[in-house]
Amino acid sequence: MSGYSITEPSPRQKWVAGALVALYAIITILPLVWIIATGFKSSADAIAYPPKVVFAPSLEGYVNLFTTQTRQTAEYFAANPPETWYERIVQSKGLTIAGPSRFGERFMNSVIIGFGSTFLSVFLGTLAAYAFSRFKVPLKDDLMFFILSTRMMPPIAVAIPIFLMFRSLGLSDTHAGMILLYTAVNLSLSVWLLKGFIDEIPHEYEEAALIDGYTRFQAFTKVVLPQAATGIASTAIFCLIFAWNEYAFAVLLTSGTAQTAPPFIPTIIGNAGQDWPAVAAGATLFLLPVMVFTILLRKHLLRGITFGAVRK
Amino acid sequence: MSQSVIARAAEATPPGVARRFRGLSDRAIAWIFVAPTIFLLLAVNIFPLIWTIRLSFTNFRANRPNAEVEWIGLRNYDRILTDSDIWETMQATAHFLCWTIVLQVLIGFSLAWLINRKFKGNDLWTTIIVLPMMLSPAVVGNFWTFLYQPQIGLFNYVVAFFTGADPTSFSMIGSVSLAPWAIIIVDTWMWTPFVMLICLAGLRSIPDSIYEAAECDRASKWRQFWTITLPMTLPFLMLAVLFRGIENFKMFDLVVQLTGGGPGNTTTLTSIDLKREAFEKWRTGYASAYAIILFVTVFGLASIYVKALNKVKER
Repeated sequence: MSGYSITEPSPRQKWVAGALVALYAIITILPLVWIIATGFKSSADAIAYPPKVVFAPSLEGYVNLFTTQTRQTAEYFAANPPETWYERIVQSKGLTIAGPSRFGERFMNSVIIGFGSTFLSVFLGTLAAYAFSRFKVPLKDDLMFFILSTRMMPPIAVAIPIFLMFRSLGLSDTHAGMILLYTAVNLSLSVWLLKGFIDEIPHEYEEAALIDGYTRFQAFTKVVLPQAATGIASTAIFCLIFAWNEYAFAVLLTSGTAQTAPPFIPTIIGNAGQDWPAVAAGATLFLLPVMVFTILLRKHLLRGITFGAVRK
Repeated sequence: MSQSVIARAAEATPPGVARRFRGLSDRAIAWIFVAPTIFLLLAVNIFPLIWTIRLSFTNFRANRPNAEVEWIGLRNYDRILTDSDIWETMQATAHFLCWTIVLQVLIGFSLAWLINRKFKGNDLWTTIIVLPMMLSPAVVGNFWTFLYQPQIGLFNYVVAFFTGADPTSFSMIGSVSLAPWAIIIVDTWMWTPFVMLICLAGLRSIPDSIYEAAECDRASKWRQFWTITLPMTLPFLMLAVLFRGIENFKMFDLVVQLTGGGPGNTTTLTSIDLKREAFEKWRTGYASAYAIILFVTVFGLASIYVKALNKVKER
């Protein structure tokens, strides 16, 4: 053996391992690259055979995504020449822009419902997690398990009574209803994650504050909360990503005013079947924020996806 | 301990401070903090669960709210457990579950093992690999139908490029024999990083000193792997399998967008079947019984599994 530590892999081993991992990473990222690329293809390039790797970038997909269009005659175009770049793109296919599409609205619904439910579930989750972490709550373990078990039900099974409940309360297809529902679903995650984060803050800080004459509530807001800030922020991002991605409840309980982007994007239809550049453009805008968050969160990722069961 | 410190401090503080110190009692704060969470979960989970149980004994149909509802006892349960279509659905689910878990554990563990070689650029590649996991399954699943298209899809093109087959000769989501694999491939693509991350945490938890000791005893690398690496990462692996098992038992969004349950019933997983019964055929009572059966199954299997997991951890 050479002079390396016996547990340290040799440079050759490292090189081979690195090459294999890089190969897997490149293969795995390919579909995502393809989504982004397809968004910038013209409709002809998108469905070309063989699939085009080099293509002239076009914003056609994005224009189709945000607008609805109608067919017009050549005389119409002679009388009303297109003024903006996007009108020119549409005109090249003999169409004019009739108005905005629903994508903007659906995207905003995702934002409203995502942030609303995240705020509520982190707020309630922090309170509950603090209580579970610091006080003797009767039946603590059973309650914690009950909170986790709410995540085991298939969403479709829960959706049957929720559907009936929402219908009789007038909550179907409303922002309030979806925020409430996603808050409840995310509570299990936020309570479990935040309890882990708060458990890690030493009791001594609060005790010192209590001795200094703080009330329990002041100790919580002025001592524990600032210390738990990182944990609360990463919990919030996990809740946001879940609400952002959720599909089953959204497709069953919303149809119009409160519909979020995931059930909407697959329904983007062009003149002949699915308009893939527009779908890809919508998917890109929808997925990019999550990719950025994933990169920011990479140190806490494992903890978040295992409900705090595995901590690095 | 901590209680006594506070108690002693309370005795030592002057009465004016002590009154402020008490404020709300700890008990009161605990209840105020926990109550909203429990209340919301009762309202959105337990109350609906009880309602589902009630509905499961009736022939209620949600699209006919004014029709008379009859109590039909256990007839819904009886019909479900003797229905051959449901057994087909269960088989499709089991096939999907087993293969996704096997593939994800094998690939995920191998990747973690390689990444643990601590080569340069390790963090960058890891971050790239985890990306698919966090994305919306519905949106990504929908786009995969494009990748799977025989004529223009990237997947078929790449497979054809390496195997020499005609890319139009097979349709991953249109063919009865390939569709079950189409959903397994996408799920594996999405969730292998999840297993990988957990395995990586497991591998990193093994102290170097154990390997050094094994090296001194001249244990071969192969033996070290089977007697140190694998047993010590097993609890982590089992946890990963638990998470993937529960998630894939509930699987809905990805597969609905990919195949919609077809062709025929080949990829109709239980959640998709349940959705059809409840929200397309509107057999609410029947679907409620179905939901209860699924819940009992997943809850039962998970509890047995957790017991096994705890035994492995204790070893």
